[in-house]
Amino acid sequence: MSSLNPGLILIIGAVLVPLMPHALRRWYLLVLPLIGLAHVYGLENGTSVTMDAFGMTLELLRVDALAKVWGYIFNIAAYLAMLFAWHDKDIMQQVSAPIYAGAAIGAVFAGDLVTLFVYWELTAISSVFLIWATRTERAFKTGMRYLLIQVGSGVILLSGVLVWYHDTGSISFGHIGIESLAGKLILLAFGIKCAFPLLHNWLQDSYPEATITGTVVLSAFTTKLAVYALARGYAGTEILIYIGATMAAFPIFYAVIENDLRKVLAYSLNNQLGFMVVGIGVGTELALNGAAAHAFNHILYKALLFMSIGAVLYRTGTCKASDLGGLYKSMPWTTGFCVVGAASISAFPLFAGFVSKSMILSAVAGDGRWFVWGVLLFASASVFHYVGIKVPYFAFFAKDSGRRVQEAPWNMLAAMAITAFLCIFVGVYPKALYDILPFPVDYAPYTVAHVITQMQMLMFSALAFIILTIYKIYPTPIKSINLDTDWFYRRLAPAVIRVLGRWIGEIDRMLRVETLSVLRDIIASVERQYGARSNMSGTLQVGTMVLIVAGVLLLFLLASFF
Amino acid sequence: MSFIETHISVLVVIVPLIAAPFCILLRNSVTAWAWATVVCLVTMALAVQLLQQVWLGGTISYDLGNWPGPWGIVYRVDELGAFVVLIVAALAAIVLPYAKTSIEREIPKERHYLVYCMLLLCIAGLLGMAVTSDAFNLFVFLEISSLATYVLVGIGQDRRALTAALRYLILGTLGATFYVIGIGMLYQMTGSLNMTDLATLLPAVQDTRTVHAALAFIVVGFGLKLAMFPLHFWLPNAYTFAPSAVTVFLAATATKVAIYSLIRLIFTVFGDIEPLETYNLRFAVIILAVAGMFAGSLMAIFQTNIKRMLAYSSVAQVGYMILGISIGNALAMAGGIIHMFNHALMKGALFMVMGCVMYMLGSVKLEDMAGLGKRMPFTAAAFVAGGFSLIGVPLTVGFVSKFYLVQGALLAGWWPIALLIMLSSLLAIIYVWRVVEMMYFRSPAIGHGQMTEAPMTLLIPTYVLLAAVFWFGIDATFTGDLAMAAAESLLGGSK
Repeated sequence: MSSLNPGLILIIGAVLVPLMPHALRRWYLLVLPLIGLAHVYGLENGTSVTMDAFGMTLELLRVDALAKVWGYIFNIAAYLAMLFAWHDKDIMQQVSAPIYAGAAIGAVFAGDLVTLFVYWELTAISSVFLIWATRTERAFKTGMRYLLIQVGSGVILLSGVLVWYHDTGSISFGHIGIESLAGKLILLAFGIKCAFPLLHNWLQDSYPEATITGTVVLSAFTTKLAVYALARGYAGTEILIYIGATMAAFPIFYAVIENDLRKVLAYSLNNQLGFMVVGIGVGTELALNGAAAHAFNHILYKALLFMSIGAVLYRTGTCKASDLGGLYKSMPWTTGFCVVGAASISAFPLFAGFVSKSMILSAVAGDGRWFVWGVLLFASASVFHYVGIKVPYFAFFAKDSGRRVQEAPWNMLAAMAITAFLCIFVGVYPKALYDILPFPVDYAPYTVAHVITQMQMLMFSALAFIILTIYKIYPTPIKSINLDTDWFYRRLAPAVIRVLGRWIGEIDRMLRVETLSVLRDIIASVERQYGARSNMSGTLQVGTMVLIVAGVLLLFLLASFF
Repeated sequence: MSFIETHISVLVVIVPLIAAPFCILLRNSVTAWAWATVVCLVTMALAVQLLQQVWLGGTISYDLGNWPGPWGIVYRVDELGAFVVLIVAALAAIVLPYAKTSIEREIPKERHYLVYCMLLLCIAGLLGMAVTSDAFNLFVFLEISSLATYVLVGIGQDRRALTAALRYLILGTLGATFYVIGIGMLYQMTGSLNMTDLATLLPAVQDTRTVHAALAFIVVGFGLKLAMFPLHFWLPNAYTFAPSAVTVFLAATATKVAIYSLIRLIFTVFGDIEPLETYNLRFAVIILAVAGMFAGSLMAIFQTNIKRMLAYSSVAQVGYMILGISIGNALAMAGGIIHMFNHALMKGALFMVMGCVMYMLGSVKLEDMAGLGKRMPFTAAAFVAGGFSLIGVPLTVGFVSKFYLVQGALLAGWWPIALLIMLSSLLAIIYVWRVVEMMYFRSPAIGHGQMTEAPMTLLIPTYVLLAAVFWFGIDATFTGDLAMAAAESLLGGSK
């Protein structure tokens, strides 16, 4: 048992799901991640399981502290997502979600690049079903875009791995670095999944299109898996600091004007990833610990936020800021949980975000990078602004939209309650989290300086929001689809394609007509020769058959005589 | 050594041969069936014992009636022979339980005992061909099995089966005659009919026209029996119109044994001459094999009768086997040999599926199978599984054979041949898919909504064969080792 990759528990477990009646299935799905969690807990650091195949040594299981952090949080996230989806009877999601989670866990415990690639692609293929499960034309197209990009990332990863193998003769997954061509290719593959700037559109494009429960699942795994891979392969790579800082800062402007609250959360997801990437780029023990801890916390509070907005969507049928407001009266619990999530992402002291984000900030400051530090500070202030305040404000308070709905179902509330508890627990008692981090932690988050810096920043940010709102400068939510760099492929590309398309279409049509008619001729002639009424497969006269026999005999005699 | 161990190589032939007439004495349909089944199970046990003895103790040589060779008749069983014996006996043991239900539906009751009698005779003939080391004795057994086969093909109610059987009889007799002519020429040149003896005597006269002509006659004669393209014209009608159980048995065994005999003659009797090389036949045989692979598959694509489609697919599969033995290295040879076994499994299973369909619908036309996935889910699923193997999907035996064949072709440096093997697999996808599409994506015709599944007596043997298809597809150690050993001894140790 101790040699089993914990990801396989969920993957293999998921295969059995369709065989079960619904009543059993929902319990079964809740138990699976708990088994996985227990299994991860039981794994000893340093365990390694290898297998020889195709002349390479595959390390199917590698356990160390870094992998275990992700192993824990992925299983917890899977459990919470299953609980949140308890009411859902859609078997497509009930199978694909655990496979997806299992693939992400499997990738974390993969000790070599080939095994990593297999799981990497499996996450792509299994997760797209969570988007398709919405079952609309739009979701289908979004899913296709998503799948193309995700599988593309896998293909780039594979080519990088091949080059790496050629150069070094090893496929072991350790530090890679960007000096070599292989390193650049693999970084690009990781970067796509991690939603680096300009490679990020798939995230805002697809997550809000997924089902209510699907978004919660999606938000936990893909990008955090990429963060793990970066931490493993590119710790201390300087360029990541600047990439991360950009990631943390630029989504803010989009998020502020975005109307769809799930999209706002998707942008903030991007922003939070920026913090982790910066931590990895700095690469000191404190910074890596910070990145790991932040990934852990981020999964919790981002899931909590997506859950609460998901619950709103589930009850009201919309998550557009312009259509919502005043829901605190009818959904008080959900409101409360959303506020906890908002406080966590904004890094209020005593909430989860604080204990990890401050680690990254301290590490950056300790490295003497004051400009980056400033950018991150600005980014965290803005996060409070547009997620910490905007999301709960427009959804639950603001002007009353007049909607009176039921409180969220019990299972959603339970999932949110557990997540909210974990957010606060980690915030109040950070030692629990620090103990599982990859490096020994000698860090105290609750110093006077840390707390005061953070509170000042938060208060001024709140002040800014209030002033902007009072003087009506704050952009009021309007119904629109904001285009980001995806303008290139959603507007420009179609326009270019339309023009080119007209010429190409003409040529293409001619070619196709020609090819089709050639093909049809070929098929017709094959059918004439071999079809049911042809000489080949018809019933021949006995005389003809004997003639053929004689012919073959002649052939052999000639061949053998001369 | 016990009695059975000493006489094992003759017992496998004698048991079904002597048992056959008893079916006529028994007369009653059920008792005749029970008798034949018991005999087949005993034969199967003997075949397993034989294989075990050969595998552990090496080639068995047995002088019939204690008359020593080369004057007496000698039975020699090596790995390959024992393997073929096992194929025939095992398929017989699986077909017999299946046959009862299928035959009761398709053949008038008063002819049942004849069917079982002929089946036993056919089995005895095929087993005899596999064990004998006497060229003329081989002809005798060939005729025993062939005559029984002609009767079996024509015994059903379908009147078209009679003409099919007659055409098969004419062509089959022609093939057997060619073989005897070839043997006659060899006898004239060497004065011997014992295969081992012939092998030592032939090199001295290898450059004579007579020996050249003898080989050509032998190859064409067996080419007819094994349905080598373009000598296959008797096969589609015979397989299509014969009763289902008969088709299962014939498709799975008869052509395989003919191929075995051809291997024996080319690589043992003519072994020291290396006739494919010396007589420039390799190229001609390979062209016919490849042409068969493609023509067979192409014809299969356009058939509307699925039994006929599978029959044409057999022509293509025979092409693979001939290709394997004619490339000339041990890997490809092993591929050909392993495909004899694997094809027996998968084609047997697929024809069994057709038997199930015939039993329930009374037709195996493509258009009648619309919606079969809903009406007969287990039967349809069995077809899909067997079809996968025909295509060569990994985890099935079809993949194992093609893997060996492709490797053999590459080892010989003939990558175009390897490519052609792959390409012809694509054709298999087309003809299998046509049926799958009809079964699963068309709704059944009105009034055929609530058909039930075929009876268990038909389904269980079908699934037993399918299980073997996957078993030997996943773990090919047994078949692979056996085929490699046989191939190496054929190519290297013919002296």
